[in-house]
Amino acid sequence: MTRDLSPLFDPAGVVVAGASTHPGKFGFVALHNILASGYEGRVFATNLEGEPVLGVDTVASIDEIPSGAADLVFVCTPGGAVPEVLRQAAGRGIRAAFVTSAGYREAGDKGRAAEDQLVVLGEELGMVIAGPNGQGVVSTPSRLCAQIVAPYPPAGSIGVVSQSGNLVSSFLNLSRVAGVGVSRAISAGNAAMLDVSEYLSWYGDDAETSVALAYVEGMSDGRAFAERVAAVTAVKPVVLLKGGATSGGQQAAASHTGSLATDDKVFDGAMRQAGAIRAHSVDEAFEAAATMASQPLPRGPRVAVVTTAGGWGVLTADALAGTDLELIDLPDDLRASIGELVPPRWSRANPIDLAGGETRDTVPEVLSLVASHDTVDAVIFLGIGIQSNQARLLREGPFYPDHGIERIAGYHERQDQRYARAAVEVSETTRKPVLVATELAVADPANPGPATLRASGRLCYPSAQRAVTALAHAWDHTRRNGPRSERGPT
Amino acid sequence: MTPPPTTWSEHESKRLLAQHGVAVAAERLVASGDEAGAAADELGYPVVAKLCGRAIAHKTERGLVRLALGDRSAVEAAAADLLAAAEPDDGDVGVLIAEMVSGRRELIVGVAIDEQFGPSLMLGIGGIFAEALADVTFRLLPISESDAMSMIDDLTTQALLGVFRGEVAVDRRAVATALLAVASAAGAVEGLESIDVNPLIVVDGRPVAVDALVVTR
Repeated sequence: MTRDLSPLFDPAGVVVAGASTHPGKFGFVALHNILASGYEGRVFATNLEGEPVLGVDTVASIDEIPSGAADLVFVCTPGGAVPEVLRQAAGRGIRAAFVTSAGYREAGDKGRAAEDQLVVLGEELGMVIAGPNGQGVVSTPSRLCAQIVAPYPPAGSIGVVSQSGNLVSSFLNLSRVAGVGVSRAISAGNAAMLDVSEYLSWYGDDAETSVALAYVEGMSDGRAFAERVAAVTAVKPVVLLKGGATSGGQQAAASHTGSLATDDKVFDGAMRQAGAIRAHSVDEAFEAAATMASQPLPRGPRVAVVTTAGGWGVLTADALAGTDLELIDLPDDLRASIGELVPPRWSRANPIDLAGGETRDTVPEVLSLVASHDTVDAVIFLGIGIQSNQARLLREGPFYPDHGIERIAGYHERQDQRYARAAVEVSETTRKPVLVATELAVADPANPGPATLRASGRLCYPSAQRAVTALAHAWDHTRRNGPRSERGPT
Repeated sequence: MTPPPTTWSEHESKRLLAQHGVAVAAERLVASGDEAGAAADELGYPVVAKLCGRAIAHKTERGLVRLALGDRSAVEAAAADLLAAAEPDDGDVGVLIAEMVSGRRELIVGVAIDEQFGPSLMLGIGGIFAEALADVTFRLLPISESDAMSMIDDLTTQALLGVFRGEVAVDRRAVATALLAVASAAGAVEGLESIDVNPLIVVDGRPVAVDALVVTR
């Protein structure tokens, strides 16, 4: 069964149950985060003493809130009060709850019974319940940041769901620094009623989400999980990061197959079969998702590398050799056209190493020629930010702004901005991925090269290796799932 | 209560797999040295002789496999030896006379019932290093033909599947056929616990099952 989660992600109004005047309490933080992130719906709060919190007049009980004014109750009360809160909320027409309260399944048998009762109550009230013991829900289309932790990410199209709340925060932090935004994010908590696969299914149907990104540890029914994931990958990419990947196999198994069937090997095969992309670190998972959310998906494996210096190109070629991507032989006509733009010392092969022979317009022209060629499915560009890096040293040195330094520094910076814009424009025109990588993305995020890419909503990869890994995942997605899921960012 | 597991004899296991399209080395189940000799004459030399019965799982460890028997008298002697080596716990036994299949490369295919994911099909690099390398990949049953082909791509040791030490490249379609056949056999058996097809020896690029074990409940 796929439930309607829109009251959870796009509520017309929110009630914080258990709002607190103490700035260290979750009931304060949750209300603060909702108000501070610009949620535009109506906000209510309950507080036993009826004291105002953060300028919001609280009520003692949800019963006092106008019927139909809110769709979501964000519960920060102690666990004992939760059933009553939910009953009252349902009485006011509230259709979704996020329960942060702890003391459930994670706390032993008694908590397990309380959690089971919570699900029964939710079904009885016709209410969807997220959590308990979760950190919250984020939804940028509604400017909703109903969570007891930071941050609020930029708007975008990655849908995040995690079995661990902290991993939601990790992905949102990476989203902020990378500039590639998030549509929805939710911490599943104990996943009493709604588990990771249910959120994934909803993301599959969600028009605001173009890529789903999930962190999972265990699952109660692997086969049902695999079936749901397969239904989503048919329409959009799913990137998975799994914790607990090293747990052992069926040690006692009598058969060879059983002894080789470790949890991780079977999970891995099931997810390949379901068409999901599996990443092995937080960075890798985020970058794979960010790539598919912000670039057109590659229609084939053929890659051209454009670089302004030799070593980077060589390492990128090495990285490509370890993937299903293919470093193509440079076609003769492309060699001839590039040869007309740069001095003869360039590589005349792929990687296309311009060897410092580029002038004002060379990089945008070469990127356009290469990406437009019908033997090329994707481009990796290396060498952005070098000029601005020198500009920075010129600006910080003792001679600035004299000796023509001011003018040349400005020129260098404009050039890197042009290169970044060219990479984006060429990608949009050709509907092919163009990935730009430089360590300056982390070494100097203010460098106009990386900064311009970030402002365009695209990732600037911290290394060519990481660009290759992300591109390989994107190609793996289209290769496994076919043209049905070949849609770029909207 | 779940009934105790039943281990099928090697001969029964292979007959099931053959019915579903797995290429299996030709073999005859016999009850005496004389019959063994006749079977070997029919199959052509060299042959392999193995003690075969429902309760016999670890043939190699118990020395119940005789390889490369080159003539009728060797076959008759081996069969008599094997029958004499049977212990009361082995139950009903016979001797399996099989054509001797040889190749440098071995694959392992199997089915296990995973606690989380249910019936799962495995393909791996077989041979003496199979468990040390653990170069294996799984898919949930049932599988499609493209699942089968992609399992072959998943294996890390791709160099072993190409032209190798004077042997032709592994025929990927034939491996996929074997995978689909094992999957079909798994789907046809009531109360399946596990299937091991170990090894499949690659002969002229095509996998041939030389040992198999089906366990049901």
